[in-house]
Amino acid sequence: MFTYLVRRLIYVLPVAVGVSIICFLLVHIAPGDPLTAIMPVDATAEEQAAMRSAYGLDKPLPVQYAIWIGKAAMGDLGKSIATGRPVADEVFTAVRNSLLLAFSASVIAFPIGLFLGFLAGYFRDTIFDRLVTAIAITGVSVPNYWLGIVLVIIFSVQLGWLPSMGAGPGGSGEWTWDYAHVRHLILPAVTLAVVPIGIVARTVRALVGDIFSMDFVQALYAKGLRHGDVLRHVVRNAAPTALSVMGLQLGYLLGGSILIETVFNWPGSGFLLSNAIFQRDLPLLQGTILILSLFFVGMNLIVDVAQAAIDPRIKRS
Amino acid sequence: MTETPLVEFNALKVRFKGERTVHAINGLSLSMQQGETLGLLGESGSGKSVTLKTLLRLLPPRRSEIEGSVRVNGTDITTLSGRALSAYRGREVSMVFQEPALALDPVYTIGDQIAETVMRHKGIGRHAAMDVALDMLTRVRIPSPERRLKNYPHEMSGGMRQRAMIALALACRPKLLLADEPTTALDATVQIQILLLLRELQREFGMGVIFVTHDIGVAVEVSDRIAVMYAGNIVETGTTRDVIKNPRHPYTRGLLAANLHGAVKGERLDAIPGSPPALEELPSACSFAPRCAFARPQCLSGLPPVTDLGDGHSVACVLEHPAFDERSREALPV
Ligand SMILES: Nc1ncnc2c1ncn2[C@@H]1O[C@H](COP(=O)(O)OP(=O)(O)OP(=O)(O)O)[C@@H](O)[C@H]1O
Ligand code: SF4
Ligand SMILES: [Mg+2]
Repeated sequence: MFTYLVRRLIYVLPVAVGVSIICFLLVHIAPGDPLTAIMPVDATAEEQAAMRSAYGLDKPLPVQYAIWIGKAAMGDLGKSIATGRPVADEVFTAVRNSLLLAFSASVIAFPIGLFLGFLAGYFRDTIFDRLVTAIAITGVSVPNYWLGIVLVIIFSVQLGWLPSMGAGPGGSGEWTWDYAHVRHLILPAVTLAVVPIGIVARTVRALVGDIFSMDFVQALYAKGLRHGDVLRHVVRNAAPTALSVMGLQLGYLLGGSILIETVFNWPGSGFLLSNAIFQRDLPLLQGTILILSLFFVGMNLIVDVAQAAIDPRIKRS
Repeated sequence: MTETPLVEFNALKVRFKGERTVHAINGLSLSMQQGETLGLLGESGSGKSVTLKTLLRLLPPRRSEIEGSVRVNGTDITTLSGRALSAYRGREVSMVFQEPALALDPVYTIGDQIAETVMRHKGIGRHAAMDVALDMLTRVRIPSPERRLKNYPHEMSGGMRQRAMIALALACRPKLLLADEPTTALDATVQIQILLLLRELQREFGMGVIFVTHDIGVAVEVSDRIAVMYAGNIVETGTTRDVIKNPRHPYTRGLLAANLHGAVKGERLDAIPGSPPALEELPSACSFAPRCAFARPQCLSGLPPVTDLGDGHSVACVLEHPAFDERSREALPV
């Protein structure tokens, strides 16, 4: 297991480097000069050049990359062109908020998805199964920003129960676990949870249904196990796959919540990213994408290792 | 005083409901003594597996209906449920499946899987149960059993997995072992080893065995008695010697002619022309009639009577019934 872990960690390095190069290049290939966004329209050529060299944009790309990644490795992602604040700080706060949202959505989605999926797989081809499948398909296919807007209309505008904007009453972006803040979390987290509920439920349903139709389940009954013990075996068999689906979903929630964060003005990484794009804030954009991608890589690593730890069929040597 | 029979089927009927009804077992009666090995022979679809699964009550409860009685050591097991059923399964009767690769749980170690059964039935702790598991692996002669205890099924060869499956099935010393084509999935040389092992363990533990096979050679090798199944019923049963030397039912004769004289060991029983009947309706006449060279009007007028030929040899065919006209019987080619 230890050697497996070390080997997986070594594999991650080139992936991380590749990811960082792609992040860097993507931003540079994108059309538009980042300077035009922040320079006054009447800026002279000298002023532009000065700005350019201040941000290091006059150097060749590989050099820019080397400088950027070297500093990034030290935790310095440069300064935001738009706000002048360190990118690392901005990204840190935003990622923390996104994580908060993603974890909250997961806490809602995973138990519900697992529960519905397990029961649907267990009662396969019954009305309950069809109901769950219908719910799952609806959850996956309804555009979640639209759902977000509908929920805002119902619970914020009509009923006035819950706030629809921001991550807290003050708008400071500082999170605390109190009623006033948690109220802000409910609508975006519920909205974000809908897709993973559908995906987890569908996957687990298929998984559990398949396992129940396998011969060994009959053999377990044949040796005298009670129902509960057989269920334990089924869960053990389903766990590795279910776990990896949930891990990947968490990764998607983290990076894929741009629309939801925009709808709810949630100050997370997706929100930050869309601001960075519209303001052509190059360092901020690069930094945010890099951190999000590395999160995704890390999530995959954790999922793989956890899966190998609980699934004996995966060769660990 | 006669001993309680180990197994006693009395007019057993098993029906599957669903899009179409399947009458899988149609009035099967059979009894089996303690410690006896019964070879169950018959074509694909004749109901051999359903018979074994009925004995362990493994048929899907919502989609199957059981009629008649099945007594194991005097207890009717068709009415067992809940705690009594799980206490019965694996302790009184246990099963070795055809495909050990599919019948073992892939994510539990062999040791855990054996120990789990032992803990369930003997109420002993995990440590003691592991000792039993180790002892069983030694008895089925798995090399380096201590190490194999910690193996997962995929880490073993097919033959070794089947040995492990046998160890699991015998861990609680059942009175009856059901073996549903336990060697079909294995290589020929491994097949023989497994057969020898089963026979040896059967003698050692003194348990009864029902051995399902397509291979008459294997059936002759392992069984004290043979029962031949056709379309959900037993058409002939008797000692291995009687059934092989003096087969009375046209179907049994067909099987033997096709398999023994040709001496093609391991071949499936498909040499009789025609195919078995669809089981959508309860039979009201001899099910074999459409394929039988000796069929005559009486065969279609009702279910063929069962005739006892003595020494436990019985056959369900009008030709063997004492009331049947002797002259036309003599005219039969044998
Ligand atoms: N769960 C089930 N639902 C519906 N029909 C079934 C079920 N199990 C078995 N049958 C039917 O019952 C009949 C007997 O099947 P069974 O499996 O006992 O045959 P078998 O003698 O074991 O054949 P084989 O030699 O191929 O294993 C078949 O027609 C089969 O289709
Ligand atoms: S009862 Fe008639 S049809 Fe059936 S096996 Fe005997 S002779 Fe053939
Ligand atoms: Mg079968």
